[in-house]
Parts: sequence; structure tokens; C-alpha cells
Amino acid sequence: MSNNSANWLTRFHRLGSPPSFYHLAGALLPWVALLCIGLFAAGLYGGLVLAPADYQQGESYRIIYIHVPSAWMSMFVYAVMAASSAISLIWRMKLAEAVARASAPVGATYTFLALVTGSLWGKPMWGTWWVWDARLTSELVLLFLYLGYMALVAAIDDRRTASRAGAVLALVGVVNLPIIHFSVEWWNTLHQGPTLTKFDQPSIALNMLIPLLLMAGAFKFHYLYALLARVRIEILDSERRTAWVNALVSQRPS
Amino acid sequence: MKPRRRQRLLLVSLLVAGVAVAAGLALLALQENINLFFSPSQVVAGEAPANTPFRLGGMVVDGSVRRSDGSLEIQFDLTDTAKSVTVAYTGILPDLFREGQGIVAQGSLGTDGIFNATQVLAKHDETYMPPEVTEALEKAKAMGVQ
Repeated sequence: MSNNSANWLTRFHRLGSPPSFYHLAGALLPWVALLCIGLFAAGLYGGLVLAPADYQQGESYRIIYIHVPSAWMSMFVYAVMAASSAISLIWRMKLAEAVARASAPVGATYTFLALVTGSLWGKPMWGTWWVWDARLTSELVLLFLYLGYMALVAAIDDRRTASRAGAVLALVGVVNLPIIHFSVEWWNTLHQGPTLTKFDQPSIALNMLIPLLLMAGAFKFHYLYALLARVRIEILDSERRTAWVNALVSQRPS
Repeated sequence: MKPRRRQRLLLVSLLVAGVAVAAGLALLALQENINLFFSPSQVVAGEAPANTPFRLGGMVVDGSVRRSDGSLEIQFDLTDTAKSVTVAYTGILPDLFREGQGIVAQGSLGTDGIFNATQVLAKHDETYMPPEVTEALEKAKAMGVQ
């Protein structure tokens, strides 16, 4: 028994080493891309063609298939950033630092997408492009946290110091995640309450829900692809003085 | 776990907990201001400010919508099922405006007790379903009442 568990643990530990991760990520990338494209195709076809119109909003509700998954991802990516920041601070793992740094621009993009699609949806449905209610304001604060993180890490020359400073900022901002999620329940807001992420039956028809879940999966695999690709680049950059990177570089046809 | 790691774990946990407590206290203190709108009960009780615009949120009372001919003036009542307030508005209403719909109106309370709105927004609920399902639900409700 101890032999098997030792094997498992060593393989997991080895993942933390930059060259192992670099090669594993490289092998996974094409499969992740395939899954991502497949899920986007299925989700968009299901959402834009197959799903019925809404009794209240008509066809305009279909922007939900971009807005909601990107909003979910904006929070999920920040959670990953915060978790890897904590790991990098406690265990001083270079790979955890790379995951946090690589995730920030991707998460910022999802947040921006959620805000823009939400605004486009709000104008015809609510009657306004923007309102300073708790949900919208806290999501905007999330965007500022992402941008602040990116600016802070970029401003410090030493990579490990920069990552450490960014990690502290990421952990300070993580309190915003429950605020965003519960804002529609704790306070009066223009944004409606949760359709899905609650301890109750979902208030959405099944044939509308399935494309939404497919899109959520598509966005997750998009994030995974972007993360793996960006972490590989971070690794090459931070490890550029090592033998294995120089071997890789010298193998490339010039 | 190595003692230095345990110490760092403690520091990180304290940091997150500390920020959470600070944020929680700040939000608790500012609660009144974070709400986007007052309810009709609050307005009737005089909790809304008298001299500045504020937002009023409620549901449109069935049969309370009164339009004047030849102009965009409209009056309707908003309720939170306990108290109602009459809202007067001149302009184009959002598409989703109808009886029983949630509405958030921005404006000020006149001396006659009528809320003069400068902006009317529709607040929809979190339900998404095709029209056939709503029709079936309404039919079932009607049969249940009979």
C-alpha cells in the first residue's frame, strides 16, 4: 500500500516542477482546445437555435448564454487566483505564482465581457445601460481588482517579489466574491436574484438550462486552455537561464 | 507541516479573516445606503429623504394604470403588498412595464404624496421559461381557484 501511495504522491509533486508541467500542459493543449470548441458549438447551437423564446423577454434573453457563463467565470478565475496566491505564499511554489499571474488577464476579460453583455441586456430589459446597485457595482470592483493586480505585478521588477505582492492583493480582494454572489439577496437591487446557484430548484426551463450548462463548460475549457498556454510561457520566461529551457530553444529550427 | 509553513498559513488565514471582518462591518454600517430603492412601506412611514431624489421600488397594482389622452403622462400605483404609493411619470415606459411587474422609479415625493418620477426602470424576476409553460401554469392556477 505504501508503495502505491508513494508513487501517486511523487507524481503529483513532480507536477509542481516547471519542466514536468511544461511538457504535460503541452500534451493536453490540443485536447482541451477540441473540447472547448465542441462545447461552444453545442452550447451556441442549443442556446441560439434550439432553446425556445422566453415568455417575458422574448428572443433578447439569449444573451444569457454569454453573460451568465462569463460572470460565473469572472468569479471562478478570481477564486483560482486567490487559491494559487495562498499556495504560493504558504508553500513558496513557483508554479502557483505562475498560475496566479497567468489567470489575471483572462479573468479580467471575462469580467469585462460580463459587464458589457449585462449592459447590452439591461438597456432593452430594464431601461438603462447601468445602475449603481450592489450587484453591478461589486462586479465592477472585481474588474478593478483584476486590473490592480496586473498593474501591481507589472510594476515590480523582481518576479518573485511581484508575485508575492500580487498574492496579498488577490487575497485581500477575495472578500468581494461572496459580496457579489449574495448582493442580490442581502440588499434591494435592480438585478434579479439567482436563477441557478441557490439551495432551491432552478427557475429556468430545462431546454433553456442545458445550453447554459454547455456554455459554462465551454468557458471553463477556454480558461483551461488559456491558463495552460500562458503558464507555459511564464515558465519559459522565469526559467530561461536553466539547462532544459536552453535545450528546448536550441532544438527549435531557426 | 513545517513550522514556518504553518506560520505562513496562519498569517494568510488571519489576513483573509481580517479583511472579511473589516468588509463585513463596513457593509453593516452602510446598509441603508447600499439598498438601491425604498419600499412603499418605507416611503409611507416617512423614512425616505424629503428634499433629494430617491428610488422607489414595488409592483404595479392591477388596474391602477391611468394614462391621459394626447400626452405621455401616466399614473400608476406601486405596492409591496403592505402599502402603496402613486407614481406620476411623463415619458416612454420600458417594454416590460405591465400590471404586476416589478418597477424601480427614481424621482421625488411631492407634497401631495404623489411620487414624481424622472426615470422608470423595469425589474424582472429570475424565471426563464417558454410561453407554453406560463400558459399551462396560468391555466392550472385558474382551475385550482375554481
